[in-house]
Amino acid sequence: MKPLIGVINLDHELEELKELTYFRCGAAVPYAGRYRLIDFVLSNMMNAGIESIGVFVRRKYRSLMDHLGDGKPWDLDRKHGGMFILPPDWNDPTDTSQGDLQHFHNNLDFFRRGSGQYVVHAGSRHVTKADLQDVYRYHMSKGADVTLVCKKVDKLLPEHDACVKVEDDGNGNVVDIHQSADHPNIYTEIFIMEKELFLRQVQRCIAHGESHFFRDVIQKNPDGLNIAAYAYDGYHAVINSIDSYYRNSLELLNSGLYEQLFKEQPVQTKIKYEAPAKYLDSAEVKHSLLANGCIVGGEVEDSILFRGVHVAKGAKIKGSIIMQKCYIGEGAVLENVILDKDVKLSGGQTLIGDPSNPYILAKSTII
Amino acid sequence: MAKKEVVAMLLAGGQGKRLKGLTKSLAKPAVYFGGTYRIIDFPLSNCSNSGIDTVGVLTQYEPLVLHSYIGIGSDWDLDRKNGGVYVLPPHEREDGSSWYRGTADAIYRNLNFIEQFDPEHVLILSGDHIYKMDYEKMLQYHKEKDADCTISVIDVPLEEASRFGLLNTHDDYRIYEFEEKPPEPKSTLASMGIYLFKWDVLKRFLIQDEQQASTSYDFGKDIIPLLLENEKSLYAYPFEGYWKDVGTIHSLWESNMDLLDEETPFNLNDPDWRIYTRNPNQPAQYISPSAKVRNCIISEGSVVHGEVKHSVLFYGIEVGENSSVTDSVIMPKVKIGQNVRIHKAIIAEGLVIPDGVHLSPAPEDESDILLVDQEELERQLLEGMTSKA
Repeated sequence: MKPLIGVINLDHELEELKELTYFRCGAAVPYAGRYRLIDFVLSNMMNAGIESIGVFVRRKYRSLMDHLGDGKPWDLDRKHGGMFILPPDWNDPTDTSQGDLQHFHNNLDFFRRGSGQYVVHAGSRHVTKADLQDVYRYHMSKGADVTLVCKKVDKLLPEHDACVKVEDDGNGNVVDIHQSADHPNIYTEIFIMEKELFLRQVQRCIAHGESHFFRDVIQKNPDGLNIAAYAYDGYHAVINSIDSYYRNSLELLNSGLYEQLFKEQPVQTKIKYEAPAKYLDSAEVKHSLLANGCIVGGEVEDSILFRGVHVAKGAKIKGSIIMQKCYIGEGAVLENVILDKDVKLSGGQTLIGDPSNPYILAKSTII
Repeated sequence: MAKKEVVAMLLAGGQGKRLKGLTKSLAKPAVYFGGTYRIIDFPLSNCSNSGIDTVGVLTQYEPLVLHSYIGIGSDWDLDRKNGGVYVLPPHEREDGSSWYRGTADAIYRNLNFIEQFDPEHVLILSGDHIYKMDYEKMLQYHKEKDADCTISVIDVPLEEASRFGLLNTHDDYRIYEFEEKPPEPKSTLASMGIYLFKWDVLKRFLIQDEQQASTSYDFGKDIIPLLLENEKSLYAYPFEGYWKDVGTIHSLWESNMDLLDEETPFNLNDPDWRIYTRNPNQPAQYISPSAKVRNCIISEGSVVHGEVKHSVLFYGIEVGENSSVTDSVIMPKVKIGQNVRIHKAIIAEGLVIPDGVHLSPAPEDESDILLVDQEELERQLLEGMTSKA
């Protein structure tokens, strides 16, 4: 029997990335040249052999659904189990539940039918390569009710402010959960819990008129659950602002991080059929990530180019993130810029942002 | 099975001896091309883009990679309930068994496969050419001419014509003669190895040919002459566009190099005619601060620290610091160390090139291409060591 059932909970995720989340939820935001943020958690679940995954979505999920399809890239197109995209569905007029608890309550069938005994919960804002099988083994060895996956960061960054922090006793037993700005042990929004306990807690909280599983069950911990902390030490980025999106993206150009994120297990994503990137004789490219389908005639430095980007001769791009199928015309100059998908820039345009405040153009802008 | 207008039969059993080390344990259609593809992607994508959804792939030589690569055909949109892709290896029957003895024999032994779809026409393709072609247009032409057989032809330069099977036609492209590699060519219309037959005619002649003692079971040598002898109506379908038989190391290299021209005669980036392939799912390629990449094609998952010029790099490749790759084709997952020089070479999949190695053709055959497989690499390393000692 497969022990784990996956829950990707996007219920509380805010659309914090300005123009990038005008038309999509945060989980569908493109990242690292060819992925969407949700690919990382899905791939972690896939690599842990999880065969039944519920994706709890609330808003702006059209592009997310388009991306996820039938779950085939993550091996989730199954006869038994597979991927379930679960949008809100409020049909019961007597239903008084709210928040993600309502969401879980309304989808009890997903939990009941999934064969796993343990729930692995995750969001999409924390990009990790967490080995969820290892977390499960740890959870079992600790005999805990809940195990939280935590990352101790060397340096606190602005994006860590909004994160929940976990204090343990040095032996992996959680003694406090809070949100103080100066604590370095970050909760990654990944936890493991026995399914029956999870569902009992959902029912209990609903009866008490509560709305937020993590806050009301785990953080407040009214039932005195035994909570363990798992120390994760791999790649970790929190994407909850344009600043953190831009900074963490470009950090991947420091090859150590690129290798941490991609070396051991591949990250799966929706399949596209693009030709390999083509560099013309006039191309000058360094210190950059490029995906397939790009055609480069100009200069590209310290930048990330997603699939199918065209950079005409004489264009200069520096410190920028250019998403899928953008066209950068001849002689255009871009510095510290984020272009969302399908932006077309005619020749001769100059767009210069500040590294601490990059200039963003929303999807399909034409100038 | 529901009736189909056309069933395509793709001949993919060839060994491709002239590709030497590349086909040691790989059928020729599975050989890599163009940074992310295998040769068979081109006919399969052509079928998919032409709206042909029923394709039999005839395999024989080293079929493992080919079979697992094709899978259920979903990458080419050929995973269908009615039709789709079928891999057809030789099989034993009541009257005994043998390998496919030729192209015509391979089709003959799969008459039952074709028969289930009760098609009007059968399209015969080969798995060793690089080209983009709308078979739908060829079918239109075939129907307009009410031909029993239509053969796709390409105009080749007169001086090269004697390398090909040539078709001599009347002004209306009706074929009156077929000559296999004639020393003195009468025409420049070379057969591309793409045949479209009326199924009832093909079936009859396949059965007839199979009973002849002298046959070599080959379309070009036997079936086409037999059809001509019997005064069937055969037409040449002139194809314009890029077409390359990548049967030799040199032509495989040359065809890869053709992709590098700025105005390439063969565009892989055409959104209206995608070439589908099994996606290796690799991260975006990393071009380091020390890298120089010019006039080249590089695929995802590659990490480049050195210089790459006028070359095709497949996926998952590493090019170390101070190394240079020029005029070369590097197959998937090759690791190139530091201070390596690679010039005019094809490096086979997965090789590890140690630091400081120089690989290029011997000066006396500068026009030729050095094929580096495991054996050749070991030979070169040994030679390097003895020359230093």
